[in-house]
Amino acid sequence: MTKSANKIYLAVVLCLTVACLLLVFPGPVNRVLSYLNIGFIPHLPEKNFKLGLDLQGGSHLVYEADVSQVELKGRKDSMQGLRDVIERRVNMFGVTEAVVSTQQAGDSERLVVELPGVKDINKAIEMIGKTPYLEFKEESPNNTTSSEPSFVSTKLTGQYLKKATLSFEQSTMASEVLLEFNDEGAAIFKELTEKNINKRIAIYIDNVLISAPVVREAISGGKAQITGTFSVQEAKDLVRNLNAGALPLPIKLISQTNIGPTLGLVSLQQSLRAAWFGLIGICLFMLVFYRFSGFFACLSLITYAAILLCLFKFIPVTLTLAGIGGGVLSVGMAVDANILIFERMKEERKKGENFQKSLELGFSRAWPSIRDSNLTTLLIAVIMFGFGSSFVKGFALTLSLGILISMFSAMFATKLWMNIFVGTRLENIKKLWL
Amino acid sequence: MISFTKYRKIFYAFSLVLIIAAIASMVIFGLRLGIEFTGGSVLEVKYKQQAPVLENIKKQTDALNLGEVAVQVAGEQRVILKMKPISEAGKENILQKLEALGEIEKGSESFQVIGPVIGKELKNKTKIVVFLSLLSILVYIAISFRKISRPVKSWVYGFTGIVALCHDIIIPLGVFAWLGRYLGAEITIPIITALLTVFGYSINDSVVVFDRIRENLFKSKGESFDTIVDASLNQTLGRSVNTSFTVILVLLAILLFGGNTLRYFALALLLGVGFGTYSSIFVASLLVVTIFESREKRGLKRPRRG
Repeated sequence: MTKSANKIYLAVVLCLTVACLLLVFPGPVNRVLSYLNIGFIPHLPEKNFKLGLDLQGGSHLVYEADVSQVELKGRKDSMQGLRDVIERRVNMFGVTEAVVSTQQAGDSERLVVELPGVKDINKAIEMIGKTPYLEFKEESPNNTTSSEPSFVSTKLTGQYLKKATLSFEQSTMASEVLLEFNDEGAAIFKELTEKNINKRIAIYIDNVLISAPVVREAISGGKAQITGTFSVQEAKDLVRNLNAGALPLPIKLISQTNIGPTLGLVSLQQSLRAAWFGLIGICLFMLVFYRFSGFFACLSLITYAAILLCLFKFIPVTLTLAGIGGGVLSVGMAVDANILIFERMKEERKKGENFQKSLELGFSRAWPSIRDSNLTTLLIAVIMFGFGSSFVKGFALTLSLGILISMFSAMFATKLWMNIFVGTRLENIKKLWL
Repeated sequence: MISFTKYRKIFYAFSLVLIIAAIASMVIFGLRLGIEFTGGSVLEVKYKQQAPVLENIKKQTDALNLGEVAVQVAGEQRVILKMKPISEAGKENILQKLEALGEIEKGSESFQVIGPVIGKELKNKTKIVVFLSLLSILVYIAISFRKISRPVKSWVYGFTGIVALCHDIIIPLGVFAWLGRYLGAEITIPIITALLTVFGYSINDSVVVFDRIRENLFKSKGESFDTIVDASLNQTLGRSVNTSFTVILVLLAILLFGGNTLRYFALALLLGVGFGTYSSIFVASLLVVTIFESREKRGLKRPRRG
């Protein structure tokens, strides 16, 4: 590489580093911009790091859906409906940034609910738990002789419910619940009633038979009513719960993790402190052992940290404790590459090579080792990422990102810095370099 | 130049003693699996002042009839309770009982329930991941060493690399069995993650030394095999020690300042990386020499046909 090309590349690396740093820490620049009040210069985007539940506090809930009554084909739809209902509920509770997702594990279907920063987790769980499971059933075709007909599930569930209202039967003043389906639900209801004229359709809530009226004619408006033996209060509660969403499938809480917000904050502070100490320790070590070369390794480390943080912020990577752990570990591995190179350079210099030659040989001969060591770690990280557990995923992701960027910073940035000194008087002072 | 090959029996003995101790520790104390594998619940709270004494907490929780409750006091203020899966209401009951003993800091609690189904699933998943990792490492070794076959067959390098790997995994596991007995440390997902990372690290550490042996073999002018190995070890020593040292530095930072959750994770990595470095220098490469020499001897007695 020619001297001038080297200078240009170095300038690019420096600009990249500064740009990343500014994006990661936009505060001071934006304050200056606001102070100067120049209209045409846009402010830098203020964006926060995305923190995992373990760092900001919150709740991670896993529900198992009972899909035994649903055909294999319809499961995906039902799960999607389930997800929507729960999401609506959680949003109603005022949790921002809640993530509700479905997950398949072998034969079972799961619903994962992540509630960041919820102060009152119990209430949130209770809220989800109170979601009624509404289901319409029809008479079983092979069971017509017995006086107590048994019922089988139909497609019509709480998934298609648009709204529920409370009303009173005119003659007896008994409370009843009026249901209104959405268009899709109305179509299913019509089909269902057509098929079951002079038969009974049963309405189940939370697997309990509420009422089983006989169908007189096909109902097309998408409206149904439940007349049970409710007290007024029971009917009111039911309406409220149905309006907040009725489940298409019954669910059961099978695992949960709650982290208090203070605990999350403490974890964040501690892990960041660990990261700082780690970084400072490494810089000191590099300066003491490799002097001037070490100094440039540290400069590259800044480039490395700036790019990594910038990626974390803008991809964005959800930072968890494990993720920060992986990031910190990758700092240790990032300088590994530089150590390999410097040790090799030392050897070449001992053999009598000049500065430039030893620089070239050091970088080129250390490369296979650097490549292999990062490759093995990446390989394991990829396997770990497929594992699924969030701790492992966070760790594997930040570690792999860190390793990839470290290859760039150690192989490319450090070399650019050191190349500047080729042909200067400083290059001959061996003690300075290694 | 340090002659590693000359003293290799001492290094073997040292490693052997550690491995036997680690296995004994695992047999005697057993590995405590975390609740993510066994199913159960963990409630952790932090008191504003000094945590109450263990007996008092036990008395309170016993009154609730929750089955067996393991109570641990961690540090000055933290109390950890482990028991079978409990409901949200059950948790509230316990919290009330704990509040009665002293003021609890709000927002600093953590609560986790893992159903037995999930536990079983995670166990199976872990087995698969460990298996896949081992497999990929084997493939990696096979590819890296397909070219060297003189004077030692390439499988010998692979074999000793795996021996070193086992060494680096068994010793931390032994330490964790012992810690499990006395400090309640458990084999959790973070520990598994740490040990998987050690897989990659350890094998790679050995491979770097092997690489140098290979390079020196190509350049050699008839030196004996053990001289070449010794020279290679001396050349890579600085590199091995220094690269591990930087990683150990950051791990120490996590261990000391990173808080409770990451503590055992950092410890597992620290042990793995530390012994990984040791084994790459003192076990893997030296074993290659030992195997080479024993085959030489046999070869002398029974000249190869052909």
